[in-house]
Amino acid sequence: MSLTVDDTRWVAHLARLQLADAELATMTRQLGAILDYVTQLQQARTDNVEPLAHPLPIHNVFRDDSPAPSLSVDAALANAPQRRDNFFAVPAVLD
Amino acid sequence: MIEHTAADLLATLRKGDGSAESLTGAFLDAIRQRDTRVRAFLHVDEAAALEKAHDIDARRKRGEPLGALAGIPVAVKDVLCTAGQRTTCGSKVLQSFVPPYDAHVISRLRRADAVLIGKTNMDEFAMGSSTENSAYQITRNPWELACTPGGSSGGSAAAVAACETPLALGSDTGGSIRQPASLCGVVGLKPTYGRVSRFGLVAFASSLDQVGPLTHDVRDAALLLEVIAGHDARDSTSVDRPVPKYTRTLDDPVQPLTIGVPREYFGAGLDGEVEQAVRAALKVYEKAGTKLLDVSLPYSQYAVATYYVVATAEASSNLARYDGVHYGHRAAKHDDLIDLYCRSRGEGFGAEVKRRIMLGTYVLSSGYKDAYYVKSLQVRRLIKDDFDRAFAQCDVIAGPVSPTAAFRLGDRSDDPLAMYLSDIYTISANLSGIAGISIPCGFTKGGLPIGLQLQAPPFEEEKLLRVARMHERATDWHTRRPKL
Repeated sequence: MSLTVDDTRWVAHLARLQLADAELATMTRQLGAILDYVTQLQQARTDNVEPLAHPLPIHNVFRDDSPAPSLSVDAALANAPQRRDNFFAVPAVLD
Repeated sequence: MIEHTAADLLATLRKGDGSAESLTGAFLDAIRQRDTRVRAFLHVDEAAALEKAHDIDARRKRGEPLGALAGIPVAVKDVLCTAGQRTTCGSKVLQSFVPPYDAHVISRLRRADAVLIGKTNMDEFAMGSSTENSAYQITRNPWELACTPGGSSGGSAAAVAACETPLALGSDTGGSIRQPASLCGVVGLKPTYGRVSRFGLVAFASSLDQVGPLTHDVRDAALLLEVIAGHDARDSTSVDRPVPKYTRTLDDPVQPLTIGVPREYFGAGLDGEVEQAVRAALKVYEKAGTKLLDVSLPYSQYAVATYYVVATAEASSNLARYDGVHYGHRAAKHDDLIDLYCRSRGEGFGAEVKRRIMLGTYVLSSGYKDAYYVKSLQVRRLIKDDFDRAFAQCDVIAGPVSPTAAFRLGDRSDDPLAMYLSDIYTISANLSGIAGISIPCGFTKGGLPIGLQLQAPPFEEEKLLRVARMHERATDWHTRRPKL
């Protein structure tokens, strides 16, 4: 299969990743090569094989619904790139 | 002193010879003298390390009970959160990130009275096999400074090999503990998935990631695993089963012992010198009365392809959190919220991380999910079934860790696929969740270390360590140290 620069641009949009034009070209070539390699998976016969998402037979675990100490507001916001009062500040989402 | 194992250093301290403070001072000196060349460490907190060591000495003097690693320096891969101390993951995105909490394994180390000596270099977000993907510095192989230490836990492996610390922690998603251990001539253990809590381990691929030790020998690996293993309610995949006293049974040979030798691990692509050293290691076992059994892992030919779908799919989802909002890099200029995400991520991530996010996004995208992602999960089950069948006939599986010894820095950095193929023998253990260890088993003519990989069924670390120890007691590869 061959990947086009437009395909790559679309995937970058889905991934919320800004790529410069030069990066898009390199990425298209490299992703294409990796996808060609990965295509060999199609040769494996997997009729009636249940997908394995996780190596252990694990189940959802619920903790007790009881209050426990948590981070203070200041500790939780300490790494925020931008803070306003007790909130993470972002550009306006709605006008 | 710096060349000793942790177990020997612990015995010395317990006898009252020397102090934790002077021991820590000796390793800090070694870092000062050697790390300008090796570049294994990203951050070293000398004052905190010396203060902790001083405190342990005082408590020992007062006769207070001390933890299992009292006074022993441990280096930590910079993928594990350390409260109040920068944790960068080798990424510009987390350049100024200071976690508000400790990873579970860090709490365990503190409780065991270990001295946290510093954070080690790594491929950005643990994505890579040479540590060249770090945003900060190139780490060098202590045996040959022109070569890679391997990756992604290259800093931790190099730090132990260079005797800048006796113990280190790494993380292994596709071989990131075992491959650098092999390339640096140290021991590296990837525990069974679920054996060690991932709480506070910055996520790469959550169904594959596992924390484990890098050490000079198998005894130290047992010692460190004993400290970090065990259930933690904060990681829902952490398994609640007792942790055996690995150090207590370590010297009991496994008898009778059958070692499976997969024919697929000795095919095209395996370097001749590596094969020779691995075959010599198998002879060591044979001489001790071990039965070697030809086994087959037919689906291992698909392991790399399967891995690069599963791991990147999980990574693309995990790394969505770096959006410039809650923590990490935020682009200075942006138009709106979506633009803020795109620019922050585009500026912050390095090339390999971008590649994997793109690949993972592609294989999960509408129209391709079944052909790539679901298909890879089906093959993943076939790979796991291979191991189940093999382990029905043998106790452990043995083979090479990596197809070649350490390669030269820069040699594979322009060819992502060639780099991916250096993980061909280690990746299946992560896909299957089983335990694996790399132990030193020889050197190339050029003086580069070679590792033997042993793999065991889930939660059979006790047996795995005992089998590894049998080789160690019959050879002296683990006692070699590089000249620096």
